[in-house]
Amino acid sequence: MIYVDNAATTRLKPEVLEKMMPYLTDHFGNPSSIYTSGREAKIAVNSARAGIAAALGATESEIFFTGSGSEADNWAIKGVAHAAKGKHLITSAIEHHAVLHCFEYLGRNGYEVTYLPVDSLGLVNPEDLKNAIREDTALISIMTANNEIGTIQPIPQLAAIAREHKIPFHTDAVQAFGHIPLNVNELGVDLLSVSAHKIGGPKGVGALYIRKGTKITQFIHGGAQENGKRASTENVAGIVGFAHAAALAIRNLDENAKKVTELRDYYIKRVKETIPYCVLNGHPELRLPGNSNFSFEFIEGESLLLSLDMKGIEASSGSACTSGSLDPSHVLLAIGLPHEIAHGSLRISFSEDNTKEEVDTIIAELGPIVQRLRDMSPLYEGIKNKA
Amino acid sequence: MLYSEKVMEHFANPRNVGEIEDANAIGEVGNKKCGDIMKIYMKIENEVIVDIKFKTFGCGAAVATSSMATELVKGKTIKEALAITNKAVVEALEGLPPVKMHCSVLAEEAIKSAIADYYRRQGIDPEPIVGCSLKCESCHSHG
Repeated sequence: MIYVDNAATTRLKPEVLEKMMPYLTDHFGNPSSIYTSGREAKIAVNSARAGIAAALGATESEIFFTGSGSEADNWAIKGVAHAAKGKHLITSAIEHHAVLHCFEYLGRNGYEVTYLPVDSLGLVNPEDLKNAIREDTALISIMTANNEIGTIQPIPQLAAIAREHKIPFHTDAVQAFGHIPLNVNELGVDLLSVSAHKIGGPKGVGALYIRKGTKITQFIHGGAQENGKRASTENVAGIVGFAHAAALAIRNLDENAKKVTELRDYYIKRVKETIPYCVLNGHPELRLPGNSNFSFEFIEGESLLLSLDMKGIEASSGSACTSGSLDPSHVLLAIGLPHEIAHGSLRISFSEDNTKEEVDTIIAELGPIVQRLRDMSPLYEGIKNKA
Repeated sequence: MLYSEKVMEHFANPRNVGEIEDANAIGEVGNKKCGDIMKIYMKIENEVIVDIKFKTFGCGAAVATSSMATELVKGKTIKEALAITNKAVVEALEGLPPVKMHCSVLAEEAIKSAIADYYRRQGIDPEPIVGCSLKCESCHSHG
């Protein structure tokens, strides 16, 4: 099996599992308990918090563990909106659903939301942000890097605009964390969401960075965990695994980014060489190391995914049929793709575990699959006759 | 998305893919925006569908329903073909996920659209025979 859907999730690293195991077995104590096994768990959580803080250039008291990246996004957005007086919010048109649907929810419940457009490469224009800001703007949330097309936003520039106006700035960095260098102070953000399972950590654990002094409501009412802001007995093993995965990702960031970028560029080059009528979606340079996203004209993405899966290749698409909704990806529509081209997208996202041989196999399988589906497509009839 | 083995088998090895050069009935339904287009070619002789081919732009279910619908219709009389419902296509495929039911509707409509074209070519108004005006432009409005 060739797994190239690392933007969806990653394989748990064996060394991460090893660090987690004691907390799933012997050290099972509740971190809130005073006796030995509880204290051991508490120490492990504290040390993991310090690790995540270090990975982001934050202080420990600014890191709050959550149940996922989506939860971190939900808390940041609803928590800041609810704590603020202003009723105007700004985000971008290409956010992950975990962000976008929070804003849509707030939009139905007394807030007014401005959705900033992006250009054909997926970039937000800082001028658009400046123009969207109002007296009553309570929050700006713009993702660090896009999950579908990999475009990396100019966060320092966007966050600086927010700071000038004293508006809290949140960024969903779930796709970026561990893949590109991130430092909350260099970025200038007030809130930042991350997740463990995109970097070889376990599923079911994320974190929200909240800059000291940021007004935000409590997310889960109950016990005093997470400084009284997010009750729930800690997912100790998950948190330990997250911190270890983050440490590995940060330690090997340059080396991994170089390797993965090379794989990605080789794949992109080979697709362009071997398959006609394809479009690379996203930015040619300002893009996540592992991300590639092509649209193949005249065919539909789910058919492409099923065909690849039959050859043992696991990837992703932005077609309506894979999203479970009626429209193709909102990201691909926002960068201006016509519906039929958005339906035919293929996201291949590499990790450092992938190899050049795997790319060669993908290329060898992809060409004939695309051709078979085109031969079956009524949209291709006229094109084929012209050729 | 969990497809039945039958759907996957028809997706992997679709029956009757292609065009018929001397087709005397051609129907096309769906649209690019929705991500499904089905085009059916038929050769009809003495009210019997002696040959049928299809071309489909769409998801796995769209390909499988096209394939199954053409199998069900091949060799049947027009009257028998018109009696084949989307439910029959779904049953023959051993079920479809709920969000994919519209693909079976599209397959039924594609068959009807081709038969309507057959009548139109002979100057006969197809509507009293085939029914639906087959202007199904909106995305998945057929539930």
